[in-house]
Amino acid sequence: MIAPFKEFFIDFQRCIGCQACVAGCAECHTHRGSPMIHVDKVDPAVSPQTVPMLCMHCKVPTCAMVCPADAIKQDENGIVHSSLKPRCISCSNCELACPFGVPIVDQKKQQMQKCDMCFDRTSAGKKPMCATVCPTGALFYGTMEEMKRLRPHSKPINKWRFGKQLVETRVWVMVPLDVEEMVVDWPELLKGVEGPVDFAMKLKERFQLEGFVDPESNEPLPFNMVNDTKDTEAQFL
Amino acid sequence: MARLSLPQQDYINEYGPHVSDLPVTGWLSKPEPDAMVKTHCCFCGMQCGIKLAVKDGKVIGFEPWEEFPFNEGRLCPKGVKRYMQTHHPDRLTDPLIRTEHGFRKATWDEAFDLLISKIKSIQERHGKNAFSMMSGVSLSNEKSYLVGKFARLALQTANLDYNGRFCMVSAGGGNKKAFGVDRAANSWADIPKAEVIFLSGTNVSECFPTLTHYIWKARDNGAKMIVVDPRVTPIARTADYHLQIRPGTDSALGQALLHELIANDWVDHDFVANYCTGWDQLRESVKECTPEWAGHICGVTPQLIREVARVWGTAKTSFLMHARGIEQQIKGVENVLSLINIVLVTGRIGREGCGYGTITGQGNGQGGREHGHKCDQLPGNRDIENPAHREHICKVWGITDEELPHKGKTAVELFEAIQAKEIHGMINICCNPLVSHPDTNFLREAVQGMEFFCVIDFFMSETARYADLVLPGSLHEEEEGTSTTAEGRVVRIRAAVDPPGNARTDTSILLEIARRLGKEKLFSYKDNEDIFNELRRASSGGTADYGGITWKRIEDEMGVFWPCPTEGHPGTPRLFEDRRSFHPDGKFHFHATPYRQSFEVPNEEYPLYYTSGRSVFHYLSGTQTRRIKFLVEKAPGPVCEMHPMLATKLGFQNRQIVTVESRRGTITVPLQITEGIRPDTVFVPYHWAENLAANQLTVRALDPISKMPEFKVAACRVRSATKEEADRLRADWKNLSQEALA
Repeated sequence: MIAPFKEFFIDFQRCIGCQACVAGCAECHTHRGSPMIHVDKVDPAVSPQTVPMLCMHCKVPTCAMVCPADAIKQDENGIVHSSLKPRCISCSNCELACPFGVPIVDQKKQQMQKCDMCFDRTSAGKKPMCATVCPTGALFYGTMEEMKRLRPHSKPINKWRFGKQLVETRVWVMVPLDVEEMVVDWPELLKGVEGPVDFAMKLKERFQLEGFVDPESNEPLPFNMVNDTKDTEAQFL
Repeated sequence: MARLSLPQQDYINEYGPHVSDLPVTGWLSKPEPDAMVKTHCCFCGMQCGIKLAVKDGKVIGFEPWEEFPFNEGRLCPKGVKRYMQTHHPDRLTDPLIRTEHGFRKATWDEAFDLLISKIKSIQERHGKNAFSMMSGVSLSNEKSYLVGKFARLALQTANLDYNGRFCMVSAGGGNKKAFGVDRAANSWADIPKAEVIFLSGTNVSECFPTLTHYIWKARDNGAKMIVVDPRVTPIARTADYHLQIRPGTDSALGQALLHELIANDWVDHDFVANYCTGWDQLRESVKECTPEWAGHICGVTPQLIREVARVWGTAKTSFLMHARGIEQQIKGVENVLSLINIVLVTGRIGREGCGYGTITGQGNGQGGREHGHKCDQLPGNRDIENPAHREHICKVWGITDEELPHKGKTAVELFEAIQAKEIHGMINICCNPLVSHPDTNFLREAVQGMEFFCVIDFFMSETARYADLVLPGSLHEEEEGTSTTAEGRVVRIRAAVDPPGNARTDTSILLEIARRLGKEKLFSYKDNEDIFNELRRASSGGTADYGGITWKRIEDEMGVFWPCPTEGHPGTPRLFEDRRSFHPDGKFHFHATPYRQSFEVPNEEYPLYYTSGRSVFHYLSGTQTRRIKFLVEKAPGPVCEMHPMLATKLGFQNRQIVTVESRRGTITVPLQITEGIRPDTVFVPYHWAENLAANQLTVRALDPISKMPEFKVAACRVRSATKEEADRLRADWKNLSQEALA
């Protein structure tokens, strides 16, 4: 018998960047050492603020909509699952289209793997691993009533606007009481551009300018251990 | 002689640290466990509950222990990954004897024979006290107690001290002066009930991540948070009031806050008059300490100090916590007292939602410092120079007063005595001073001059490389026992598995040495519970009274808070509910803390403050965590944090390699530019050794009372690294992620 699923909440302001969620997620038997949750630094040159990012389990999942092989399925609890292996053609459409940057296609396994809200644990009435170990309550699994009672100074919302795309998610994020939706938009990035535009490419260009992406490989640079100085004598790696 | 017989690289290649992130079963075939062992995490004083999954005598994973009341399943990444240490390929499995060509494996008989002959030879030539012992508080209560008894009765030396001397002795010193007892005054359960949370010199989110939840619970209830720290730590980022003061100026801030409390009459006069002593002198001592005066010293605005004083002064409930930031200074005890003063003056202690406590850093930093491996202390937090205290312990141990040594040297003084050739030998257990001692270049020289050096450890720590004899000991999960968390809760540590190969439990090693020294009669224990029961008797009647705590009670009640004098006693989560301190007069003692400068302050030659601390991904000297790949990937090595204004002035760019210099040493590290630090201060985390040791730069100056070295304040300067330095850093850095062979 499958236990009733509860709500998942992300409370960004509480994140301390410890990555216990990432460490815990990697322990799962189904993905064996690879985490399905990520912790991003927002602007490390300015502040230690970090944010955890896991699958938001969209009510109308963009990843499933763009999948040409119909390999990504949502179950009756609203959980969006990894791609079905027999169907997946590892084309990476999901990876490119997801507005939250969650799915990752493992080209070796020929499959897209992502967070399934710890189906093995949640279906047995337990909390997902990340929300169990999170030391600060930045990740919380419980009922809406519990959350409202515990954190009266913020409120959960699940509506996001990415440019023109509206997305409603199964996972809630905690925001100040006067916020109604999360808006992710960068109008000035598209200023003067006509017609359809590759937003991701535009972002990448922008990051290149700021030195966050390796111009040769187009890979993001790890923060601690890279060199972006022009002075070769002092270069680190 | 304790010298390396091979180049450093050979030790690294042979013994690590290597990184490994593979469960003992591999990832593909993790079987169902035979048992889930309810125990605690070994990293930090929170001692979070955790269940270790065991199959066929191996730890194969973990499960959160959601029923344990403190952490309810919550863990930090060190806790999640700690099971990876148990069967790590670097584990020491045989005794090792130093030869001219590195270590050779030896039998236990051979190892014990060598050790005993060296102890006897040194003590015959130079006296009993010429052989010393250093210990550590990652050890359980049973082991800590045993080390205290072992050093004094088996080695018969006064010179035993422990690494708490580098950690929380200043807190203990301040607490004993003010309260007559050394323990957090409240359990953490009082934090969410407080209106104001005051955090001073504590990077809670990185050093005690699971405690963050309690602070957030308070904030969910509307609490205001005040943080004092030269850096914007993850917890300071969310503070309502962040006093980003200069390193080493904490007591000036404390005095100004007290000045404001008095000036605005935010004082609990009833409490001060009836339950405290020393008020008149204290009031007089802060007369001139205006926010303007302190603002000038601390480098923050007087307005901010006034505002913080108002928030603190007008609150009904509050919880003040501090940690190493204020304690690891030559004014450690004064800094602690200056904060205790602002707690006592408002009378907010010993009641629901009114709390105070130091946040103990090491795994068993609390319990370990109560039961007698401190040079001046006997079990139950007794004083080794107090005749009545000595009499009690002599009775429990069945010895005469002459057989019990007196006060020995404190840790830094002990190594100074080794350098001065007053002490010639040492057994070092659970301590890696080559990382954690201040001025590591001095420390290395001292160790190298020792005639005989024995290290008991589970991995080849950087210090162990210098040993004449290395004995393979046991991990937290390999022995039964107890530890005491930072809130004073005694918890049960369970043996999940046996030590690997020929390694033995630390207890059995110490007992065998005692036996071979002819002291078997004093050290005959059935098992570790038997040791605990003797500890109970020894602590009985002391301030840290464990008399009524049994292993069974701890298991049944999910921990028991000391003092707990009798088996019918419920334990004491909150101290001072009767408004009485543990002093004979029952009063809380105020102490004036006139401000004085740190040992070293910046000047023209060394214009910057140098301070150090921890990362969330590593534990203390890193002997364990620098071997776990996940943690190493997140924090591979030290970096120097610097404010962009300072970097611009010095012409540095982000991630450039720089060399930080003090009067004692240099360290070459990549630069990490961040606005989260004062522009006159640089920060380097301290978990690494040798060329990467932040403590190459720190000072050996000590707090006069606690003998705590000043890790948190030194003067330094920063320049671009030379090509040789940068090349050396690249080579050292490469070693940090050397993979273990499967």
